[in-house]
Amino acid sequence: MTQPITRPKRKNPVLRTRLPVLPPWPRSRIALGLTAAAAEGRFELQVCASCGAVQYPPREACHRCLGDELPWRAQAGTGELISQTLLRHSHDIFFRERVPWRLGMVVLDAGPTVVVHLHGDVGAPPTRVRVGARLDKAGMAVLVGFPEKDEPNMADDRQLREMTCDPKFRKGLVTDGKTGVGQALVRELIAAGADPVWVGHAEPWKKLPGLAELNELPQVTLVPLDVTDARSVKELAGEIGAKVDILVNNVELHRTHGIAARYGTDVARAEMEVNYLGLLRLAQEFGPVMRARGADGQSSAVAWVNLLSIFALANFPAHGTYSASKAAALSLAQCLRAEMRPAGVRVVNVFPGPIEDEWNQLLPPPKLAPAALARSVVAALKDGVEDVYPGDVAQEWRERLRESPKVLERELAGH
Amino acid sequence: MSARLGYEKIAVAVPVTVPYVRYSVKSAHWFIARALGALLKHSGLEKSAIDGACVSGFLLFPDTAVGLMQHLGLSPRWLDHIPMGGASGVVALRRAARAVQAGDATIVACVAGDTNHVDSFRHTIASFSQFARDAVYPYGSGGPNASFAFLTEHFMRTRGATREDFGKLCVAQRTNALNFPHALFKKPLTLDEYLGARPIAEPLHLFDCVMPCAGAEGFLVMAEERARSLALPFVRIRATVERHNAFPDDPIQVRGGWALEREALWEQAGAGPQDVDLVELYDDYPVITTMQLEDLGFAQAGEVVRFLRENTFTTEGSLPLNTSGGQLSVGQAGAAGGYLGMVECLRQLTRQPLGAPVRDARLGLVSGFGMINYDRGLCSGAVVLEAVSA
Repeated sequence: MTQPITRPKRKNPVLRTRLPVLPPWPRSRIALGLTAAAAEGRFELQVCASCGAVQYPPREACHRCLGDELPWRAQAGTGELISQTLLRHSHDIFFRERVPWRLGMVVLDAGPTVVVHLHGDVGAPPTRVRVGARLDKAGMAVLVGFPEKDEPNMADDRQLREMTCDPKFRKGLVTDGKTGVGQALVRELIAAGADPVWVGHAEPWKKLPGLAELNELPQVTLVPLDVTDARSVKELAGEIGAKVDILVNNVELHRTHGIAARYGTDVARAEMEVNYLGLLRLAQEFGPVMRARGADGQSSAVAWVNLLSIFALANFPAHGTYSASKAAALSLAQCLRAEMRPAGVRVVNVFPGPIEDEWNQLLPPPKLAPAALARSVVAALKDGVEDVYPGDVAQEWRERLRESPKVLERELAGH
Repeated sequence: MSARLGYEKIAVAVPVTVPYVRYSVKSAHWFIARALGALLKHSGLEKSAIDGACVSGFLLFPDTAVGLMQHLGLSPRWLDHIPMGGASGVVALRRAARAVQAGDATIVACVAGDTNHVDSFRHTIASFSQFARDAVYPYGSGGPNASFAFLTEHFMRTRGATREDFGKLCVAQRTNALNFPHALFKKPLTLDEYLGARPIAEPLHLFDCVMPCAGAEGFLVMAEERARSLALPFVRIRATVERHNAFPDDPIQVRGGWALEREALWEQAGAGPQDVDLVELYDDYPVITTMQLEDLGFAQAGEVVRFLRENTFTTEGSLPLNTSGGQLSVGQAGAAGGYLGMVECLRQLTRQPLGAPVRDARLGLVSGFGMINYDRGLCSGAVVLEAVSA
């Protein structure tokens, strides 16, 4: 059983903060299919369309029949551990700083033999294991061998924690605590062990329901934060920036209507001011300091979560300018992801469908409850996933987008 | 399968070594050039007489054998580049012998060499192959140590081999190396020191692993007649085999291509393992040496652990093995590691050993093993060489 991790000691300010390094990231283009699936939490391998043989390592032609059509298909991951090693020496700086490192060789029930990072709860070979794909610190997919059945404290495994963004004993910032979603996020992070959690609130004179109760939680500290105000963002970053391990940006301005129904640019500008430029201001103030803390001990900076919208991927004309601002935010978030990657800080983009809130009042169900959204976000942090599609609507859109973006565009236009 | 042609009238001669060093600022080209120079010096041939060349070297990149020919000013009418790592010596010999037999070349220089800069080994393993880069190196970046740790753990557990068994091989090879001038390890090794060495990738410890270094090896292949006219001591080739990606359905490597080719090898040789006076087995890790003893028929199937316990492996032993000390004690000079055993066997069988001689050695076996492309070594080969009476 994994020893549960304990609350990290206060950082010694005299010592130099260790610089972040990444495990080896070069991959062949074909191998990136593994990463594409793992980024959404799936373990997929290539399966030959002609003969059904499962392939690994990723390749261009089937090892059995030379078929060249090898679509990626979900895998159960069950198999047998047939060998293991405990690495005491590595040629790479990342692993050099982290040895001993446990590795396994697993023959999957589906056929191939795979090399895996081996979870500490897996017994000695031969034994049954479950193999899953995770993103490593470099954001590239790797395979992990887990015990067949879940064990207590599994997430605390030292090697696994290098690949996930588990909130336990990490310090969080939720940028807007006034909304139902924000409050659910705070509670869910705390339930997952985050402590402390700073909670931003703009315009403190507006007393919105729930905030006072939230403030009574011992982990919570309310902090003034207005993402439309560069000075406000800068001040907060100066105060807590060097402590935030997980930043959840859930501030948003959401107004309905498209182009014709709301004449002028004021509302669209306000949406951009919050949803796009707000993210940019946060990224400019908090990004660099989080990047510097990518390897700062057990609870280093690990994740930056953007609450986007499924409408970022295809415009929903009934909420047209909002969709456009979320599309802009998505594009910027991809830039942020690329800039945070060298530090191993994961940028998690969340694409919910309509949330059960006042701005989606007129949309028909199903709508995503704030608590369910918060659970998805924390689950993504625990699993180290970087693209999250919580709820039925988002899942369906994702599927339809995969099939045909053009068809989806036509369907949305007719809503 | 029709009977394969033999290698009658083919001579293998002029074993040369460019002395090994741990690190060098020179390039692979420099080491191979020195090996070629040594071949000319010891054969008395002019450079223009070399009309065939067989080249191996990991660190020649971005060059291949082609660029090297211009670099060294050679104009061969037959040229081969053999990127098979530890199998390159055996495979070069096979290719060169057939070229001479067919008349495509008259004198083939087989050379392998590599350099070792302080950081070059890391670069080599980080981009060793597509599969290694995608599916091995990101897992701890242990290089071949990690891959062989898997094979070793599995072999020990399923076959009942102990660290003492592997230690016996390593200690015997070190004993052999103490007489060999090019060995980088010059101190005796005791079993206790072997067992007490620091762990590298468990169950592998320090003395299970070869030390990367720089150096080069070479030999010439020509017609017997030519060798006689040049007054060069030579050996004959009794049999050769190679096999690549053998047993792809084995979930983990428990045997190499030798197991498929063993019968063909001994049949062509007209001899058996019991007739062999010395063996030079590819020894990047002792588990591979052990597998080969079984795959090549020295030990009965399933009996190799007992075979290790019942035999001794120094030049004076019941089965003289890796008589120069092997890569484990001499060092692994990149692709030249695939030539080390070949060159040593040539020296022993032509009665010009640099270290302790194997008395009255008539028949020698040399193996090659190379290229951990993903989870196992893919290239295996072996040759049986025979001394020629003076």
